[in-house]
Amino acid sequence: MSGTYLGMPAFPEAARKAVGDSTLRGNLRHATHTIRDKRARAVAELDDWAALREAGKQIKDHTLRHLDRYLVQVEEAVTAAGGTVHWAADADEANEIVARLVEEAGGGDSAEHEVVKVKSMATQEIALNEALEARGVHAYETDLAELIVQLGRDRPSHILVPAIHRNRGEIRDIFRSEMSEWGRPAPENLTDTPAELAEAARLHLREKFLRARVGISGANFVVAETGTLVVVESEGNGRMCLTLPETLISVVGIEKIVPRWQDLEVFLQTLPRSSTAERMNPYTSMWTGTTDEDGPRTFHLVLLDNGRTDTLADEVGRQALRCIRCSACLNVCPVYERAGGHAYGSVYPGPIGAILSPQLRGTGSDVDASLPYASSLCGACYEVCPVAIDIPEVLVHLRERVVQGGPAVRHGNRVVLRPAKGHAAERAAMRAAQWAFTHPGVLRTGQRLASRTRRLHPRTLPGPGRAWSGSRDLPPVPAEPFRDWWQRTHGGKDGSE
Amino acid sequence: MSSRERILGRVRRALADVPADEVPYERAVAREYAREHGRRSVAETVDLLAENLADYRAIVHRCADGELPGLLARLLAAHGSRNVVVPPGLPPGWLEGAGAEIVHDRAADTPQELDRVDSVVTGCAVAVAETGTIVLDGSPDQGRRRITLVPDHHICVVRVPDQVVGAVPQALGRLDPARPLTWISGPSATSDIELDRVEGVHGPRTLEVVLAGGGQDGRTAS
Repeated sequence: MSGTYLGMPAFPEAARKAVGDSTLRGNLRHATHTIRDKRARAVAELDDWAALREAGKQIKDHTLRHLDRYLVQVEEAVTAAGGTVHWAADADEANEIVARLVEEAGGGDSAEHEVVKVKSMATQEIALNEALEARGVHAYETDLAELIVQLGRDRPSHILVPAIHRNRGEIRDIFRSEMSEWGRPAPENLTDTPAELAEAARLHLREKFLRARVGISGANFVVAETGTLVVVESEGNGRMCLTLPETLISVVGIEKIVPRWQDLEVFLQTLPRSSTAERMNPYTSMWTGTTDEDGPRTFHLVLLDNGRTDTLADEVGRQALRCIRCSACLNVCPVYERAGGHAYGSVYPGPIGAILSPQLRGTGSDVDASLPYASSLCGACYEVCPVAIDIPEVLVHLRERVVQGGPAVRHGNRVVLRPAKGHAAERAAMRAAQWAFTHPGVLRTGQRLASRTRRLHPRTLPGPGRAWSGSRDLPPVPAEPFRDWWQRTHGGKDGSE
Repeated sequence: MSSRERILGRVRRALADVPADEVPYERAVAREYAREHGRRSVAETVDLLAENLADYRAIVHRCADGELPGLLARLLAAHGSRNVVVPPGLPPGWLEGAGAEIVHDRAADTPQELDRVDSVVTGCAVAVAETGTIVLDGSPDQGRRRITLVPDHHICVVRVPDQVVGAVPQALGRLDPARPLTWISGPSATSDIELDRVEGVHGPRTLEVVLAGGGQDGRTAS
């Protein structure tokens, strides 16, 4: 995935720093609680929500299980409608394709080498902006939150609202100090009212929209039977990027496909209500190839793998590819609310990030090996997911992979992962437990010993167990093992208890 | 090996567990959800459209067919519009009597020229009551996508009750995916500052929807 996040600390270290930041915690708490209640009300309006959720899950599962067929169908349909389809196995290849297309569209004149971008997780994932910058192409983010992140030289911390960690005062300060570097400065006397901040963004970006020759987007959905791409947005920046430039390049993960036009009737009901808690988002654009005299004359679709086929190879983990990037799971997650998005070390934070990043990137780095543990397994994420991804199930599955190692697919190749280094004590404890539980005499002796020595037990564990007991109480050991009590009293029936 | 072959090969190997005789698409998806939520008369569907449009800050007007030109003239005047861009197939007569200068959309016009136009008036392809949405499909009475995007004031005329459907599934059934489609639910908005909705970013900041047709005041008989 992105090189931006190389060398990120493991989740616990990053989270420890984040929870000590009271401004950050206040911002996150305010924003996630606001949206949480609104989402619940928007969902409650539809009495068939459970059936919509089930249909969404089934459509995505069916597509994933026949993805080769649907990919070929997308290619045929988009080509027939006047578009050009490119295939990118990884981030570098996708970036190379896009950079070349931008240079071709710009006609070799370096002054023309700028692009306007619609918010897109896929291009964040492959660090497209950085790759374009290295080739002398300026990429301007036009979504308000992405603009805040870009101007603040910051990293996104939420799927839907990448600047969720910033409050209105911080946003005003960023606009005041940074906008002039990139184009039209912020208005004099800019206050921190959201309406004024939105107006400042409108003025700042308008000149860029009007002169842009190349637009870059992702897509929320690609319909295989028609070759139609769908972008769901709020501000109109998406419409600007999708219709004003002469050339449009869309970078889309291969899991974004739905088979038929009719399938959109499910997701256009579940996505807006799950993400912004609206009955419908302000703007949705749908386009099929190119249209004469309306919108871009040239359209390129870049189909991106970048770890998705590796994820698809895992029968438990592949359900993560159903994700429609609504971010409802982030907004309800008690861990995300406290740790914030940056601690996850990926453009995909929160519960979905904790199962997506270690699958797309593998569990080789410290941060990726720690992500399956960035959860209390409370299950709130599963409950709100509009495509019913059982995130706790995948988290536990990935924990097993980290601790025990085993077969996996990386870059299309079958590999056998070695058990992660940091979990030796856990494995030793589990092996000891397994031995004790399969030898009743040993278990009995051990339990009695533990009961008799219970006054001598420390309150925290020594050695490698210290980290575990750092935030937990050790369970008190009873005066008598349960099995002894049961045998002595016949389960309490002889009246002695 | 091309990347296309590499990716398709990886997908096929990843799906080795999928049986060849797996249930086809038709039986894989149980569409047990509703085509529409609740039962409504035609008039109630139009009322719901008006209510939901207004809930997301569109300004809703109702009028009989004959009153449309007068209403459009008044709305443009009230907005202080000096000029108004129109798609090539806007019904003649709609802007009769409007004081604003009429600008005809031409392919050669630059976005900068469009940016100097105050308003745009269009028809629509379909409107969705449950979500308060109007959908444009680039037909002659709606024009190219850019004309409803760059000007800051959009007046959209919905012919009621013919163009109104109850819910999203019915709207998709009426639309042609080959056409460029724009679904609009209220004026441009953002939730990016503290996840609270604010109207008015890059698209038209004022959206007025005229529900035209039916009886004298535009009310549809039940």
